[in-house]
Formats: sequence, structure tokens, C-alpha cells
Amino acid sequence: MPLTGNVILDLVLWTVIKFAAFVLVFVMGTATVLTWLERKYSAVIQNRIGPNRANLGSLRLGGLLHMLADPIKMLTKEDFSPDTANPWMFRLAPLVAFVPAMVVFAVIPFGPGEHMMIANTELGILFIFAIASLNVYGSVMGAWASNNKWSLMGGLRISAQMVSYEVAIGLTLCGVFMIYGSTDLQEIVVAQGTTLGGVVPAWGIFTQPVAFVLYLTCAIAENKRAPFDVAEAESELTAGYWTEYSAMGFAVLALAEFVEIVLIGCVGATLFLGGWQIPGVHGSTPGLMAVQVAAFLLKTLFVIWLQLTIRWTLPRFRYDQVMRLGWRILLPAALVNLLVTGVALLWVDRN
Amino acid sequence: MGAHAAHGQAGAATAAMVAAALRQGDKMIINMGPSHPATHGTVKFVLTLDGETVDDIDIHIGYLHRGFEKMSEQGTWQQVLPYTDRLNYVSPLCNNVGYVMAVEKLMGVQITPRCSYIRMLVCEISRVTDHLTALAAGALELGGFTPFLYGVEARETLYPIVEELCGARLTTSYTRIGGLRSDLPDGYGDHVIAAMDKVLSLLDKMDKLLTKNRIFYDRMIGTGQLSQQDAIACGVTGVMLRSAGVDWDLRKHQPYLHYNELDFDVILGHQGDNYDRYLCRFEEIHQCNKMIRQMLRQMPGGPVNVGDWQVVLPPKAAVYNSIEGMIAHFKLTIDGHQVPAGEAYQAVEGGNGEVGFYVVSQGNGRPYKVHVRAPCYYAMGVLKKLVVGGMLADIVPTFDTLNMIGGEVDR
Repeated sequence: MPLTGNVILDLVLWTVIKFAAFVLVFVMGTATVLTWLERKYSAVIQNRIGPNRANLGSLRLGGLLHMLADPIKMLTKEDFSPDTANPWMFRLAPLVAFVPAMVVFAVIPFGPGEHMMIANTELGILFIFAIASLNVYGSVMGAWASNNKWSLMGGLRISAQMVSYEVAIGLTLCGVFMIYGSTDLQEIVVAQGTTLGGVVPAWGIFTQPVAFVLYLTCAIAENKRAPFDVAEAESELTAGYWTEYSAMGFAVLALAEFVEIVLIGCVGATLFLGGWQIPGVHGSTPGLMAVQVAAFLLKTLFVIWLQLTIRWTLPRFRYDQVMRLGWRILLPAALVNLLVTGVALLWVDRN
Repeated sequence: MGAHAAHGQAGAATAAMVAAALRQGDKMIINMGPSHPATHGTVKFVLTLDGETVDDIDIHIGYLHRGFEKMSEQGTWQQVLPYTDRLNYVSPLCNNVGYVMAVEKLMGVQITPRCSYIRMLVCEISRVTDHLTALAAGALELGGFTPFLYGVEARETLYPIVEELCGARLTTSYTRIGGLRSDLPDGYGDHVIAAMDKVLSLLDKMDKLLTKNRIFYDRMIGTGQLSQQDAIACGVTGVMLRSAGVDWDLRKHQPYLHYNELDFDVILGHQGDNYDRYLCRFEEIHQCNKMIRQMLRQMPGGPVNVGDWQVVLPPKAAVYNSIEGMIAHFKLTIDGHQVPAGEAYQAVEGGNGEVGFYVVSQGNGRPYKVHVRAPCYYAMGVLKKLVVGGMLADIVPTFDTLNMIGGEVDR
């Protein structure tokens, strides 16, 4: 198709619409709701009532309005930065953490067909790796710029941890690419539409069960949340790398974390839970497509729920134990998974 | 002298440590506390870190010093009691019992069997709240917020029980010289049993979340290890001593009150690390539960207070209707207990170990000296041995299993 003015306009228009619908409404919406949901769900786990104080008159909604009250509070509080902090880096760090987390949603296929993703590139998951790994700079910059020893220690921990787990998560997902023969996320989802022996859907979680566990573990570590929250480690490092952040600086860093929870959910759903596929349902009517998009979002929410449950169940690792787990257990496990996958694929090919 | 000199010495020690670290060049010097999430109870650690490894530590206590011992000399013997609530404030009833026993020892007062049993009962309830606090906070230190709240909920089921006795959750002041503020309320035994059942079910949940959790186990095992020699040499008592494998429990080996009539085991550890201390506390709660049920079964009848009006206030009917009663009331309230001159030391097994009260009388209504042997104080003395050479993150659980209570250490 020649790139005439109208085509470009169409492209831009649709990209904006898709961005608004998927990233702004779903991703940001979920991330915002998560700020409330995390507290409410932890309250359920811990036999507490949880947030219920933000009301509009008699409108209570179980504390849901906290997600509106919090930004108002954050915006009106003093945005403190220490005198000795590096002002530019200190202000830039939350953005550096937040932007990459948002950008990666461009390649997530949220529905069937090449148009149901914002940017249809062949890079797929490689793009996610490349951009998401920039995230670490934000946290490390913030830690360094704060000029606080506790922050610095959090920054040191985080840089080592995130770089280490990047290796493990990359090797883990290689197994998935081998099975489905592509790094293009849409192709991987399409390939998950078949079944294994006519019964079990050919989802990643069934073809690569070990990889799913490894992926979730590494991804939570990448997102530096409990049990891998050694960078924050509120009982050891007061609040680690974001000790000095307050008001919106803190809010943006925290929101980046919540956006990443959604990202882990999206990638997990795409690679391991069949993306928008519904077992036994094929076709391309608009109504069906809507259902499939809903299926994808539900699967994403499932992986998010899994992360929250893990977060509120397990205690924290020690820093050296995190590194040992990453290099000595997860990395070899990913390699063995790769080897077994390769052997299995060869065996299937031969027969 | 006194406080100033002590501060001067502490400052000098810290300065020497910091200077040594600076000479070595690549060490980080960092203040942990006095306001740090891990240093609950307010204490300051000046750390020299080599990466994440603790190279040296200087511990500054005293931030919660309120002059307990000096204040005790200002009032009557009975007026000291409310101060004792504020020593180890997670098990105040043990302190109440310890103090009045010391005074009774000096006065030669024999308390009634029912009083003795009730005192043991409240001590054991207090021990459970104390251990629950340590266990719950330990989970929190390691990022386990959920088990922490289960522990706190368990403690909250016991506080109403304490409240029923004396109207307060923390500032109990339940004991009196020669007796108690009041007898047990009606149906108290059933309430205690019901609360203990709930505590055990919550404890079971904590057990499932923590004890065999690999992350928790790895964090606790082998960290903060205390040898038997060090424990004994530094005068450490209670769970810390027993976790190192030393069979020493005042309730068993120097039985006071009626502990010799109860059937319970002394829980011992093997290697004195954080995990052993955790398990010891856990198991001691189960032993307390066993003892509480026994005591409720064996609870003797009779009065709770001794009949001597020179020791215990006369009943109100006697105060209002008889001249002797009124005089006794005023003499006790205004002049205080006439404790014979001399000195006495009485120790009880508190939540953290041997809580000892050393009282000196000059034969009048006011104490000449009240000294507290606070178990945490000695535990803080070995803290350095437990954390140097370990990692920064290990200070946190180790400090927790010490269960330092600022009110008790700093007094």
C-alpha cells in the first residue's frame, strides 16, 4: 500500500485509538486500580478490612475511591528532594523508570489479527527485552542521585539483581520460541490455538510448564517485588532506592512498578496462557473478536492475581540468596529446560 | 558523672571505630537508627560495612531512658508498680509479679495459693503475648507482612483477656503487695480457653507460612549464632540461652510461686541461631498453653489477698465502718508498706529471660533502691558477637529474635 497522506493519517489515527484503548484505559486503568486492589487484596489475605475511608458523600465502593484520593494527595504534598541530591538526575529517574514500562505494551497482541496490536513489528519479545531492561537505569539513577547511603545500597542491589535475572528470563523464554518457532508475539499466540493430542490447548503453560514457573519467578525479581524486593527492603534499607522520593516522584516510581505488574501479566498471558485464544473457538466475527480481547484481559488479570498472592505470602530473600538463586538455580534450570525442549523437538521431528 | 560519662565513652568508642574504618579506606560507615524501621524500641547501630558484610558495629542504647530506678525512690513501695508496666511493655504482668514478689520476700509475706496460681496464669498469658510479638515482628522483618498480622491478631485476642482482669491492655498494674488488685472475673477460665484456642489456630497459620518456608528457613538458619560459652559468659537468659542448648529456666530450676506443681517442658535449641530462637518461642507458646489449661483446672479456691491489713488494703466495708479499717487504709496509702530494712533479690522468668528485681529498704515506707535486672540488656551485650561478619540484612532478624524491648533495656 503506498503511503499516501490518507494512509498515514489512518495509521496515526488507529495507533492513537489503540494506544488510548489498550495502554491508557486498560494498562493505566489496571495499574491505578492495582494501587487500591493490592491493599484490599492484602487485607483479605490478612483478615483486615483494608482501605475504606475515601468516600464521596455516601458513595463508598469498598474504598475504590482511594485510587482517586491518592493522586490528589500525591499532587498536593511537598515534592521534597534532599539538598545534596543531584537535582536533574533525581527528577529524571522516575521518568526513566516509568517510560520504558509503558512503551513495551506497543507490541503486545491483545486480540486476533495483525491490527490488534499497537506496533506490529517482527521483533516482538526482543523489543520487550530491549526496552524493559532500560527500566533498571531509572531505579539506579534515582538511588545514586538521592545521595543517601541506604538508597545507594538499594541501587547497588537492584542493578546486580535485574541484570542477573535478565539473563535467566531470556534463556527461559527461548524454550517458548523454540516450540512456536517465532519471536513475533502474534505468531506465538496463533500457534497456541492448536491442541496437544486434541485435548489440551497448546498453550505455553502446557508445552513449557517449567518455563512458566521460571518466567514468573524471574519476572517478579525483575520487577523487584516481594519476595525479591531486596532493593526496597523496608526493614533493612528503610525504603531502599526510593527512600528520598516523596509526592509525585514517589508516585511515578510506584506506578512504574504497578505498570510492570500489568506487563508481566500481559506477557505471561501472551506466551503461556494462549493470549486471546479461547480453546475450541475459532472465527473472525467482530463479536467473537471482542470476546477474545476480553479473554486476553482476563488471562492478564489472572497472572496479576498470581503475583499479588505471591507478594503477600512469601517473606523476603537476602540479597546474596537472590543472586545465588538467579545464577545457580534459575539459570541452570533454564538451560536444562532449553536442552529438554530441544531434544523433545528433535524427537517429535524424527517421528 | 553517670549519664554524661557514659555518653562520652560511647562517643569515644564510636569515634575510634569510625577512624579505623576511614583508615582502611573502602568501608562504608552508616547509621542504622535511632529511627530506622528495624530498630524498633529505638536503638542506634553505627555500622562499618564492607560491601554488605558487617565489619564492625557500635550499639548505642539509652534512647528510651526514663529514669525508672530513680523514679522508684520517690513514692511508696506500691507506687513503684505502675512503672514496672513500662519496663517490658509486651509482657507487663511478668514485671508486676516480679516486683511484688521481691517486696514480699523482703517483708516475709506468704501469699495465698489462689493468688499464686493467678499470678502464674497471668505470667503465662503475658509470656504468650511476648513471644507472639517477637515471632510476628520477626516475620515482618523478613518481609512477611501476612504472618506478622496473624501474630498481631493472635496477640489481640489475648489483650481483651488481660483487659478483663485489670481494665488495661498494657498498663496492667494488676498485682498488689500481698495479693492482687482483684480476683478473676466470672467465667474467666472459659474466656481464656476460648482465646487460647484462637491463638493456637492463628499460630498454626503462622507455622504453615513460615516454619518450613524455604526462604524463611534460609534467612534464619545459621544466622546470628550464639555459642553456649558466650551466652553464659554474657549473662544471657531466657529463650536466647535455651536456644543455645543450655537447660536453664527459672520456672523449672528455681521454682517460684507454684511452678513445681505444673507439668511442662523446658524447650531447648541446638545451635543458638535465629531459627532455633524462632522454634523455641513457638514451642514455648504451646507449653504455655498446656500450663494455662492445667492452672485453670487446678485453680485453688479461697481468698486472693492475705488478711493482714498492714500488707493489703482492708475491704471497703471495714474502711467505712470501723476505725481500725480506716486507720489501716490511711497508713498503707499515706505512709506506705513498712518494709523491714534489708535487701532482697527476686527473679522471675519473664518473656525474654530472667527479670530480676533487687530492692533495698531502709525500714520505711519508701524504697531506698529498686534495681531491675533486665534480660534484654544482657542480650544487647552479645548482639555484636552475633552480627559482626554477617550481612547487613541479617542484623534485622537477629535483632528481632533478641526481642529487645527499649523500656526494659533503657529503663
